[in-house]
Amino acid sequence: MTTTTADVAPRYNDDVVRLFTIAAVFWGVVGFAVGLLIALQLAFPALNFEPYLNFGRLRPLHTSAVIFAFGGNALFATSYYVVQRTCRVRLWSDGLSLFTFWGYNFFIVIAALGYVLGVTQGKEYAEPEWYADLWLTVVWVAYLLVFMATLIKRKEPHIYVANWFYLAFIITVAVLHLGNGVAIPVSFTEAKSYPVPSGVQSAMIQWWYGHNAVGFFLTAGFLGMMYYFVPKQCGRPVYSYRLSILHFWSLIFIYIWAGPHHLHYTSLPDWAQTLGMTFSIILWMPSWGGMINGMMTLSGAWDKLRTDPVLRFMIISVAFYGMSTFEGPMMSIKAVNSLSHYTDWTIGHVHSGALGWVGFISFGALYYLVPRLWGRDRLYSLKLVNLHLWVATIGIVLYICAMWVSGIMQGLMWKSYDSMGFLDYSFVETVSEMHIYYVIRAMGGVLYLSGALIMVYNFIKTIKGDVRRSEYPEMTSIQKGAEALA
Amino acid sequence: MLHHHAKLERKSVIMLLFIIVTVLIGGIVEIIPLFRMETVIEPVKGVRPYTPLELAGFNIYIREGCYNCHSQQIRPLRDEVARYGHYSLAAESMYDHPFQWGSKRTGPDLARVGARYSDDWHVAHMIDPRAVVPESIMPTYAFLMHNEAKLSDIGEHMKVLRMVGVPYTDEQISHAYVDGVAQAHTEDLDENVAGFIERYGEKVNARVFDGAPEIVSEMDALVAYLQVLGTMVEFPSAEPVSADQKE
Repeated sequence: MTTTTADVAPRYNDDVVRLFTIAAVFWGVVGFAVGLLIALQLAFPALNFEPYLNFGRLRPLHTSAVIFAFGGNALFATSYYVVQRTCRVRLWSDGLSLFTFWGYNFFIVIAALGYVLGVTQGKEYAEPEWYADLWLTVVWVAYLLVFMATLIKRKEPHIYVANWFYLAFIITVAVLHLGNGVAIPVSFTEAKSYPVPSGVQSAMIQWWYGHNAVGFFLTAGFLGMMYYFVPKQCGRPVYSYRLSILHFWSLIFIYIWAGPHHLHYTSLPDWAQTLGMTFSIILWMPSWGGMINGMMTLSGAWDKLRTDPVLRFMIISVAFYGMSTFEGPMMSIKAVNSLSHYTDWTIGHVHSGALGWVGFISFGALYYLVPRLWGRDRLYSLKLVNLHLWVATIGIVLYICAMWVSGIMQGLMWKSYDSMGFLDYSFVETVSEMHIYYVIRAMGGVLYLSGALIMVYNFIKTIKGDVRRSEYPEMTSIQKGAEALA
Repeated sequence: MLHHHAKLERKSVIMLLFIIVTVLIGGIVEIIPLFRMETVIEPVKGVRPYTPLELAGFNIYIREGCYNCHSQQIRPLRDEVARYGHYSLAAESMYDHPFQWGSKRTGPDLARVGARYSDDWHVAHMIDPRAVVPESIMPTYAFLMHNEAKLSDIGEHMKVLRMVGVPYTDEQISHAYVDGVAQAHTEDLDENVAGFIERYGEKVNARVFDGAPEIVSEMDALVAYLQVLGTMVEFPSAEPVSADQKE
């Protein structure tokens, strides 16, 4: 086993991929755990511990930990793994790629410490203050350099489709980060800064950023993952080359316009809201282009779903992608949005995408990567992969169903009138109705976190070189022979 | 047509440039026109920059992540206007760096919470929300009573805000600290209070907000901020406007 690793090592830089993989798993568990805590805080407010562990400070910690720490490290790991293999060259710079690992994770730590201590810009998904933003800019430029330079020195004539998506993700996140981060610090020794735009402009720029953090960080990047790992895992080529061209360019063009659907019926001018809604609806098509391309890659290999739980993870993830990219355009219609906005429906929508699509495609990719990165022939246990799959899936279903019910119910209660034309419910009456759904949501979180812990156990065993013998009866004699020799 | 794409796939730098152009278009079309303020922000009377104490409160509001659960944006929908008051105007948040419109109402909208509840109610509610609203799920913020509001460098904050377009005067900036203290202490500093009111107008609230005059606490600052929310613009009464009033 060690010889295989040694053979591969000089060709590809997998050391940095291993580091990012470990970080992704670690931050995933942290992010899910914080998510569970804040879910419980909403059901049982006594779980807030002022000032550091109040909901308002922990919620950005949760979103940053799952999006940027878990998702980000998974994107780094897979993009570095994929770009080397699809270009058939080693990463451009070992030193700089290692810098991106330490630099990026240092960014996460200083950002997270800031939130708990109350240092924040107060813009959703862009909370880190100016010093952390500047540092992230340096790291991100290094990332772009490593990725681009590796593409430039590739030995394959064509750039593989997964890399188009990774490239679009890296460059657009850079544009968004710079565009939304323009701020003036009070002084260079103080954490506090004031963003340059205010009011309407600040809102539009923030949601231009915020929606495309979803579009490029959580979609384009993970589509890159899908385009490599789904074909690899099922041993079939991508379903349609033409479809991938069409949906790539249309996706990245249209996504950018969708931001204003976060600002329906606000003080943002109507024309901008209408543009945002229109493009959000159009966006349904390129999104489903990606889903179809991922799903149909299994043509001729559907039977593998019966035996391969890792592939199952990937396909369920693509199904969740399809579902949430239908729900999103629907919620962007102003009439629907007048009910759904400000309610838990949005939270449920985000989580069907985040837990189902982003989480599951990452788990699939991680299950693919770990045995290969550590030179193992197989995972410790496929049954545990399957257990993780079902525990997590049930968790997601509990989560999103609870949020659908609570969101739509609260939206309707807010709009309910009595026969005299007065509002039926005070605000707090609608809050107390939420309790049971918040408990159910937290139970969903328990399951999702448990699934991740099962994965951690499976990875530790796999990395150690263990196999669960009862699952691989044909191996028993070989193993025994090897042990006898040792 | 798609076969031309094969050329693009062979040129990484060209592809990068194509991507950049593709993703810039939407943002440019939607964002740039918003900086023609006259088409975006309706001219209304009454909106003024925050006082030093209110600004300190605004910063506490951001620090504690209040925007995670409270919106400040009333939509022009029948139920929202009935529940919260006149729909929000763009002008009302034009000095908010950044905007605090929020995206979720785990708690109610706060765009017009100013002057709706007494200071005592706010203080009791922050210290223990369930003491006043038993069904509330809001965290407690009792520590705000003991922390001194950070007014020592609030003038520096106002200077930065002036750089990004908030029209603070030299006078307001040089008196920032005095004004901050004066707004929360009324009795024994009559002169300072008079100066403060002169600089910010007759309508400002100047009183001991948290019921504890010993220090200007973060509670003073936060309540001062909450009490001004949505109160700056005076909306015309519901009476029909007669022809001669219209002009």
